[in-house]
Amino acid sequence: MIVLEKRPQPSKVWSYATPLVAVLATMFFGGVLFAILGKNPVEAIGTIFWEPLFGEFSFYYRPQLLVKGAPLVLIAIGLSLGFRAGIWNIGAEGQYIMGAIFGAGAGLAFYPLEGWYIFPIMVLAGAFGGWLWAMIPAFLKVRFGTNEILVSLMLVYVAEQMLASVSLGLLKNPEGFGFPGSRNLQSYESAHNAELIAGSGMHWGVVAAFIAVIFAYVLLNRHMLGFHIRLTGEAPRAAKFAGVNPARLILFCLGLAGALAGLAGMFEVSGPAGVVSIDFNVGYGFTAIIVAFLGRLHPVGILLAGFLMALTYIGGEIAQSQLGLPAAAIQVFQGMLLFFLLAFDLLTNFRIRAARNEVA
Amino acid sequence: MTTPLLSLQGLTKAYPGVVANDQVSFDIGEGEVHALLGENGAGKSTLVKMIYGLVKPDSGTMLLRGQPFAPPEPRAARGDGIAMVFQHFSLFDALNVAENIALGMENPPPMGDLASRIREVSETYGLPLDPYRTVGDLSAGERQRVEIIRCLLQDPKLLIMDEPTSVLTPQEVEILFETLNKLRSEGTSILYISHKLEEIRTLCDHATILRLGKNVGECVPSETSARDMAEMMVGSTLQTPERSGREFGKVALDVSGLSVPSPSEFGTALRNVHLTVREGEVLGIGGVAGNGQDELLGILSGEILTTADAVKFNGQAIGNLGPTPRRKLGVLTAPEERLGHAAAPNMSLTENALLTGSVREGLESNGFLKWAETKSFAEKIIEIFDVRTPGPENAARSLSGGNLQKFVIGREVLQNPAVLVVNQPTWGVDAAAAAAIRQAILDLAAKGTAVVCISQDLDELMEISDSFAALNEGRLSAPRPTTGLTVDEIGLMMGGAHGMEVAHV
Repeated sequence: MIVLEKRPQPSKVWSYATPLVAVLATMFFGGVLFAILGKNPVEAIGTIFWEPLFGEFSFYYRPQLLVKGAPLVLIAIGLSLGFRAGIWNIGAEGQYIMGAIFGAGAGLAFYPLEGWYIFPIMVLAGAFGGWLWAMIPAFLKVRFGTNEILVSLMLVYVAEQMLASVSLGLLKNPEGFGFPGSRNLQSYESAHNAELIAGSGMHWGVVAAFIAVIFAYVLLNRHMLGFHIRLTGEAPRAAKFAGVNPARLILFCLGLAGALAGLAGMFEVSGPAGVVSIDFNVGYGFTAIIVAFLGRLHPVGILLAGFLMALTYIGGEIAQSQLGLPAAAIQVFQGMLLFFLLAFDLLTNFRIRAARNEVA
Repeated sequence: MTTPLLSLQGLTKAYPGVVANDQVSFDIGEGEVHALLGENGAGKSTLVKMIYGLVKPDSGTMLLRGQPFAPPEPRAARGDGIAMVFQHFSLFDALNVAENIALGMENPPPMGDLASRIREVSETYGLPLDPYRTVGDLSAGERQRVEIIRCLLQDPKLLIMDEPTSVLTPQEVEILFETLNKLRSEGTSILYISHKLEEIRTLCDHATILRLGKNVGECVPSETSARDMAEMMVGSTLQTPERSGREFGKVALDVSGLSVPSPSEFGTALRNVHLTVREGEVLGIGGVAGNGQDELLGILSGEILTTADAVKFNGQAIGNLGPTPRRKLGVLTAPEERLGHAAAPNMSLTENALLTGSVREGLESNGFLKWAETKSFAEKIIEIFDVRTPGPENAARSLSGGNLQKFVIGREVLQNPAVLVVNQPTWGVDAAAAAAIRQAILDLAAKGTAVVCISQDLDELMEISDSFAALNEGRLSAPRPTTGLTVDEIGLMMGGAHGMEVAHV
């Protein structure tokens, strides 16, 4: 029989090793899954992890890594601060959608005017939209003690309905021949979040993601507020004793996560997506939860995890088209990653030991 | 000699990094009250958990009436006539007494029958208890009665009691001893765990003394002096804290007419509490835990806010200020619960030093943290208070209770408080560390700090405090000078024996 034994303090080695071990385990069991589906597992795993980086068409896929990774990192950074404090914002997808609607709406309000100030206004509007959507669960939690997990999650579905409504109504392209969806922001110069260097995939959202990583790192390691966030997550009573105001912390963490998710949505709609339409959101807000945990809620870890996740997205798409793997199999594969991460995480605080023979 | 009821032979149990019990052997006779004596961490709890089937020994054997005995789980131990009253009660606040007792039974009888049996047993043993009262409304002493009656209903051959008097008033202790003596006269053996020597001298027939997991001696308590037993227990001579004559200054802390509901449903509301502490004075607040101690600490620390005027510091109204502004003024506190309240278990000692030290030690500027200064502050606490740890980067939870307590108290003491409030400063701390903590509190008072010491340990309060008040059901008695107070008077200030009126009719 084996027993789990609590370590006197968390293992440094394992806290760094678990993400790697989880990735390896995912590759192995993902391979088994693909084999059961009748595909060559080595080829499938190779396609997912190798093709986007070093394959024949990597010149196209590499910029896509930044494009897909940036929103994940931006959202996950915001979520991680809340998760550190034990505030569970599950509704980043909704905040992302609202950021896109507000950002695009602000830009389209100026159409066809051109001006340098339009894009900054859209940035602010996007952040505001996400913040506003996150303030709903924050306010309800502070005022009435509601569960932010349920409220934020349910607001995702409300946001999706809003998205459908504005794509068919308020923001519908008047010159779109009746098709749903807004004007394409890519063809509206002042509102277009274009690549900063052509062909690099680098747009303002990527810059914002890097800034968010640095900001979160400094906040958590060098600032009192970050210390209070960590303290609240570790020991809520001790945090109260230290003088932390729990309500203020809830408003800050949810608000910041909402604003960052809103920014991600705004950068996406004004750049890679271009159009507000009913199928605008592709689940970045949910995937970011995996990214946050895969990155151990650490800013640098999230940066790496975001790009790993982007890799599985892109690699998964390639595997779908080249090998005919079903989309669901790729989602299972991504789910496995979180599953194994959480499972191996146990080793940070516990060690496994074979139990000695019991004495009669 | 007849076969002993229970014989332990060479019991050994090791946990990672520590041998809790090392070759422990002793016998418990039929109808004997056997004391198991030792400091916190000496391995008493592990030993009784092995007897009760909660922990399996690594090696060694037990014989029950000469038959090999190895209970795989507590149910088996109970089946063999062993019952245990734990130090921490396992009762559901929202259920009544009979329901709680039924929950612990294999085949509970109908509620009406059970209630009459509870009444019967409680009357036989002088432990009055209404089976239909909600446990949440009971005092600690009454809750202990629930646990004892739960055990007695099993008709045990051996009753294990883990630190039973720590939650009782002196009068309640007396009643408990009468019950235990009655049980002994009926032939029930009792294994009595304590570190209170006088109790053991009055009650027990035989004592086994544990130190660092080893059986270091046995004695007949009534023929051994308390001092000799203490030295066997500690392994060295003890230093008693010194107090020098002190002059009291002006009133530093003034609480008047304070009434506050408890934040938790089964907590205790404070009712019309008045207290004043002068500079250089140590006010001891006694009373059984759960009578409003946590709430009082919360109000003084700023975790529970009141009207501004209810709490005054040097004449300034501070009742509505949170913990941070109070620290700025010099009102510091050290809560009872070390892990999770006074310190964050998974965070390093450096981070825990920051937890309360940031304001007064200047460990932040414009919100940015000064880690180097914080680390030296943590190192200073570790050095001055002799905290045994490899260094400040270790997690708080890796420290033993006594060491962490020294750290938590040291952290506040080194910030030169004008008022220091401590709750159970030496709870679960070994004798040497407790003496060091008490000395630090007295030194601080000698420098002019007004100290409020909330404690269940009456000996401790008599040793360090200048005046004494008791907290009972949220009411604070009027403080009286410590000199000349008798144990009986203290007991009455603590509310006498809770709910014992019936017994004296």
